Amino acid sequence: MNSLAKDRMATAMFWVAAGLVLLILGTLIGYIFYHGLKSVDWQFITSPSQNIRAGGGIGPQIFNSFYILFLTMAISVPIGLLAGIYLAEYAGRSPLAEAVRVAIETLTSLPSIVVGLFGLLLFVNATGWGYSLMSGALALTVFNLPFLVRVSEESIRGVSRELAEGSLALGATHWQTIWRIIMPSAFPALLTGIIITSGRVFGEAAALLYTAGMSSPALDFTNWNIFSGTSPLNPFRPAETLAVHIWKVNSEGIIPDVRRVADGSAAMLVMVVLAFNFGARSLGRYIHRRLTAA
Amino acid sequence: MNWKLFFDRAGRGLTLLCAALVILLTISIIYFISSKGLATFFVNGISPGEFLFSDQWLPERSLSEGGPQMGAAAFIIGSLLVSLLAVGISAPLGIIVAVFIVEIAPGWGQRVLQPAVELLAGIPSVVYGYIGLSLLVPFIRVYFGGGGFSLLAGFLVLSVMILPTIISVSTDSLRALPLEYKHASYALGSTRWQTIRMVLIPAARSSLITAVVLGMARAFGEALAVQMVIGNTREIPTSILSPMMTMTSAITMDMGATVMGTTWNNALWSMGLLLLLMSLFFILIIRLVVRKGAVQ
Repeated sequence: MNSLAKDRMATAMFWVAAGLVLLILGTLIGYIFYHGLKSVDWQFITSPSQNIRAGGGIGPQIFNSFYILFLTMAISVPIGLLAGIYLAEYAGRSPLAEAVRVAIETLTSLPSIVVGLFGLLLFVNATGWGYSLMSGALALTVFNLPFLVRVSEESIRGVSRELAEGSLALGATHWQTIWRIIMPSAFPALLTGIIITSGRVFGEAAALLYTAGMSSPALDFTNWNIFSGTSPLNPFRPAETLAVHIWKVNSEGIIPDVRRVADGSAAMLVMVVLAFNFGARSLGRYIHRRLTAA
Repeated sequence: MNWKLFFDRAGRGLTLLCAALVILLTISIIYFISSKGLATFFVNGISPGEFLFSDQWLPERSLSEGGPQMGAAAFIIGSLLVSLLAVGISAPLGIIVAVFIVEIAPGWGQRVLQPAVELLAGIPSVVYGYIGLSLLVPFIRVYFGGGGFSLLAGFLVLSVMILPTIISVSTDSLRALPLEYKHASYALGSTRWQTIRMVLIPAARSSLITAVVLGMARAFGEALAVQMVIGNTREIPTSILSPMMTMTSAITMDMGATVMGTTWNNALWSMGLLLLLMSLFFILIIRLVVRKGAVQ
């Protein structure tokens, strides 16, 4: 066997491996949508779920997922952004910056179930809120923060230094330069990153089992009083998200139409996450075009 | 009082505060999980040796029979087995695909495979678990025998889940190699395969190891996808087709069913602590490998 024949064999192996990855992806996506779209209709998306009987929908779960995403982002984006600014603009190579980096690495590699356990201790038991949207959002903040810090640091580092230097040379303070010059240029990359992390948050379940809980109280969508127990907007009520719902109906579901509900839920979940991913990309490109007039 | 300067100082302080918050958060996670996780040994008097090496898991045995036995070895071995086997498949496959994207078909790889890998990374883990449950488990039951819920189903699902991590980190590390290496190797008359095997892969070794360790860490900590396909029987698996249990699935299933403060519940927190220690250990490995293997 000479080296040329070996080279050809190797090339074939590379193509087979690449084909295998595409095949796996095709199978997964095809399976989800083929089965899922058969069970998704308007009624399924809007009606409440059933615990025992067949015919339940996923209306409240979809609402909970988006609401918890909104709360999580409202808490984690400001903190992540400011910490990212610190790392990119002020920290340099100080010991503190190094410590922040180690912390981020640690948080990134934490299993999400461990984040959930921490949330159970601190945000569910210590605060006395019980299983609630707020506890879930805080747990997801812990889960999401390292990615956001990284995203904002990288998007700021991507801005050309000459811009900032020009601003400083004109007598602007560092703080003004960051907010008037650097941030607008970093905005497209930042927004793309934020939307992609939103997709991760939307699909996360393990951190929510013991923080936001696995039940959804009867919601009255006409009740907008934020302090009432049946109001969908009350942040201190338990809330099962779509991702948690998929896990629950499969592992302890006693409804007769588990298959239908799980198929439909999985298709909805994947559709939303994919929409986030594609949306992030095209929106980033669009804003970039608008800002740079390229 | 100059407002511009005041804002400049205050703004800097604010960013510093948020950065410090990230550190504080990490320290408090380690502190809280440790204090709960160590209660098993200090309060309930279970010996760490028993917890780590015994597979006698009898959490509700009465005191007259000798009290509860908390040997978590079956879960620990389960977690290790399932993630090592997953890495055994995904590490070679992931690195091969990364080489394909960077070296073999850069145009096609960039346009088609890279987005495909990003899509795989974007699929939520409960969806992986659900597809494993409804597609893979029946397949294994029919074609390989057994109940279908098995170690095999567990590590196959995991191997697909960690593939994107391994591929993307490996791709970055191969892209970062100096072009001169490749050119010099070709100039000496090497074929493409010889160049990849003897020059590029060894040169990128430390970052490739990082990629594999990151994949391993993900596999080790994954909870729900694994829990849905492994059958969750509390014993050490005897074959690749037998059902099993991991630490993450024990926590997932029993945390809601046990009362806070009981021996059983505390043992679950100890497993949480062990998961935390493992992820710290993985980071340590990565830091050591990268420092040793950095191109001088």
